Order: sequence, then structure tokens, then C-alpha cells
Amino acid sequence: MAALTRRQRARAFRGAQYGLLAVALLAVVLLADWERLRQAFFDVEVAKAQFPDILAIALLNTGVYTLLGFGFGLVLGLVLALMRLSSVPPYRWIAVTYIEFFRGVPALLVFIALGFGVPLAFEVAIDKYVTVMLALGLVGAAYMAETIRAGIRAVPKGQMEAARSLGMSHGRAMASVIIPQAFRIVLPPLTNELILLTKDSSLVYLLGLSLSQYELSNFGRDALNEHKSLTPILIAGLLYLMITLPLGHLVRRLESRTAKAR
Amino acid sequence: MSTSAQIDVRGLRKAFGDLEVLRGIDITVERGEVVCVIGPSGSGKSTLLRCVNLLEEPTSGTVSVAGTEVTDPDVDIDRVRQRIGMVFQSFNLFPHLTVLENLTLAQRRVLRRDKAEAARVGRANLERVGLADKSGSYPAQLSGGQQQRVAIARALSMDPELMLFDEPTSALDPELVGDVLAVMRSLAQEGMTMLVVTHEMSFAREVADRVVFMDGGVIVEEGPAERVVGAPRHERTRTFLARVLDPAAAPEPVEVRKEG
Repeated sequence: MAALTRRQRARAFRGAQYGLLAVALLAVVLLADWERLRQAFFDVEVAKAQFPDILAIALLNTGVYTLLGFGFGLVLGLVLALMRLSSVPPYRWIAVTYIEFFRGVPALLVFIALGFGVPLAFEVAIDKYVTVMLALGLVGAAYMAETIRAGIRAVPKGQMEAARSLGMSHGRAMASVIIPQAFRIVLPPLTNELILLTKDSSLVYLLGLSLSQYELSNFGRDALNEHKSLTPILIAGLLYLMITLPLGHLVRRLESRTAKAR
Repeated sequence: MSTSAQIDVRGLRKAFGDLEVLRGIDITVERGEVVCVIGPSGSGKSTLLRCVNLLEEPTSGTVSVAGTEVTDPDVDIDRVRQRIGMVFQSFNLFPHLTVLENLTLAQRRVLRRDKAEAARVGRANLERVGLADKSGSYPAQLSGGQQQRVAIARALSMDPELMLFDEPTSALDPELVGDVLAVMRSLAQEGMTMLVVTHEMSFAREVADRVVFMDGGVIVEEGPAERVVGAPRHERTRTFLARVLDPAAAPEPVEVRKEG
């Protein structure tokens, strides 16, 4: 053993890893019941039956919920970020409390609290889309606030000084000079947040939706019960990837562009 | 306070924590006068400049600009700053805006000029610094010297009554310094009131009406450029000038310059 050179040892180690991978793959191929898998996940008839509703209703709703939540979360996140950077201590306290709370609590609980708690407490029926927007946005805002704050702090100090020395007020300088640059800096992490929200939008099932309000996950589960086939789940999963993979690609491109600019 | 003084600084002190950077500065700059402030790094000259438009808040003392006391807590500082152009060592152009947008932003948002008027003034000032063809470029596409000239044009677009320059050529490659100094020289000839922190002794000597030498947070000596740079009275001024004018011949190890 001790006689192995460094190169020999590296080769043996790599060989062992390939061997392990091959054994694992072989086990899956041999042990899995492919016919049953095919029936469960690749039932062509069931697949055909999902269209066009899975696109026209489910995919569309997933997109709408995500964008509503992201839009609201972005605005609230910006407000929270500015409060977090405020010179007025109570604003900072409120923002920190909010961020810590909503980052620490599962989104699932927020959905339940909003979907059932608010109508109970205030005797108001909120529109489902508004509830979704609030629930997704409230959770997303906590994360986005921290991201945006980091972006604002990453803008060089000289930018604020230059803006102020031209006679701009602090607020005007923030709006015209600092925040536009901060958003350029945090575009990659914000896009990541959009991906997370796309998946979190599946939680709206907790609110009890009607058929026309189904999004991908809910639609897939419903179809699963109807056809006793997992095929709709597979399609739903692929449709999620259709949204998230391009976004992920976008994040990497934005990141490499930022890296180049530095 | 004399009536024609554009800048009037009295008993100015500034401390950062325990570190006292300015220890009692008195200085006046008359209308149309060009005053250069020279001195070693850490002498407080940049801090002095930044106190004039209140980018740094003085610990004590008063600063008046064109008859308005800047250090008065009730003064509308944004209004005063409109009249004071400032040029930074690191340019500080807005990188997300084009050159012309850099020049028009404050005109429109602060002076409330309409778009066409702001663009007209902006283009005229680009012309003035010799960069009329760069209005659509982004700062990152320009050389350091061009960026600094744009920064000067940006300040001029606000029609300031005086200009502050904080080591405007220190971040530039040597071959780009000349263009920026040429712009500043022509400004001086047009009668602009200028307070310039600089290491360019030849510029100070040639353009400045008065040179102020600072060291350790106080003004060591001041007077006509020819005398302060040409025949300094104080030993500290002489040592400093010897080092700056001929760094290679410095008799003792020279500190690394790192002032911002």
C-alpha cells in the first residue's frame, strides 16, 4: 500500500468511485419494475387527457400566483430594506422583527394563518388571488428585504456623495442613483427568489381553491386521484422545470456578467 | 465676514472619534479666486474641502459659502449645495446612466429644468470639456481622464458659483492628467472661484492665486503660489515640496501615499 505513488493512489480512488456509481446504476436497472413504472408515470392516454387544461389553467395560474407574490414581495421587501437602513431606530426594529419572523416561520403556516385566520378575525372574505399575493409576498419580502439591503450597501459611498453634492435630497439620491444600481447588483439573487416563489406557489392548495384556480401541483394531484396514474405529476414536474430552468440559466448569465464587470 | 468672500471658514475643527483631523482652520476664498491646498496625506486637506459643502459635518467652527452659513443647523443644505460644484478623486459618475443623463439628472430633479433645456445645458458643458461626442456613452466606456472631465461637466451643468476639486487627478494615469488640468485651467481663466486640493505643483504654481500648505490639521503657511511653492518659509513646507517635486531624491524613506 505504502508503495503507491501519488498518481497511482489518485487513479485507484477515482476507479473506486466509478465502480460504486456503476453498481448503484445496475441495482436500479435490475431492481426497478420498469413496466409498473411505465404504467404509473408514462400513461399516454392519461397524459393526453391533461391537455390543454394543464397549460391553460394550471401553468397559467402558477405563473400568475408567482408574479403576484413576487411583485408584492418586491415592493414590501424594498420598503423593509429601507426601514432596516433607516436612521430612525423604531423603523429598524420593526423591519428586523418582521424579517426574522417571516424567515423563521414555514410558508405553510403563513398560508393557513392568512387563508383562515384573517377571514375569521375580521369577518371579511378576501379574494383568493389577493390572499395568494399576500401570503407569497409576505414570506418572499423577508428574504428579498435582506437581499435588497445588501445591494444598497454594495453601492459605493461616493455615489451618494456625488448625488448629494449636486443638491439632491437623500430620498431623491436613493430613488435616482442608489436603488437603480442596487437592483442591478441583486438581480441574480432576486431571480433565485423568483424560482423559490414559483415552487412555493404550490402551497395555495391550503386555501381551498376552485377548479379554475388550480395551479400545477394541485392540478396534478387532482388528476392523480381521477386517473389513478402518476403521469399528471410527471407532466406538472416538467412544466415547473420549464419555468425554473430558464430562470436558473438567466441567474448564471447575470452572475457571469456581474463577475466580468468587476 | 467680507462681502465678496465666496468661502469663509472660521475656527474649523473636525474630529473622527479621538482623531482630530482639523485643528482650527481659518481660510477665505474671494470671488473669482483660485486657491490650491497642498500638503502630505493625512494633513486634513480633503476633510477641509468636504466640510465646505458639509459632506463632513464640522465638530466646531463655521463655514459660510456665498454669504450663507452652511454650518447653521437650520440651513437648507440641498439648496446651498446646488451652488457648489464638487469634483471627486474617483469621479463618482453614475454608472447606470449615460454621460448626458449624468449631466441632466440633477438639473431636472433639483433645478426642475425641462428635458430639452437640461439636455442643451448638458451638451454645452460637454463641449466645454471637449467631449461633445461622448454624450451617449456610459462612464465605463470612457478613460479615467474622460470620466473626470464628464464629472466636471456634470458639476458645471448646475451653474455653480464655485467649484471644489478633491485631488481630481490623483486617480489618473499620468498621460491623462493634462487634459483634466487643461479644463480646470480654462475654468480658472473664465473667472470661476475654485478651491483645489491637489498634488500637481506645476498646476498650483501656474494657475493658483494663492497656495495653502496644510500639515497635521493646521494651515502651516499660505500666500501667493509663486512664494509658497517657489520660496517656502517653513521647514515643513520645504521638506514636503522637496519630496513631491523630486521623490527619487527624498533624503529619508517616504511614506506610501494612500489618501482618499
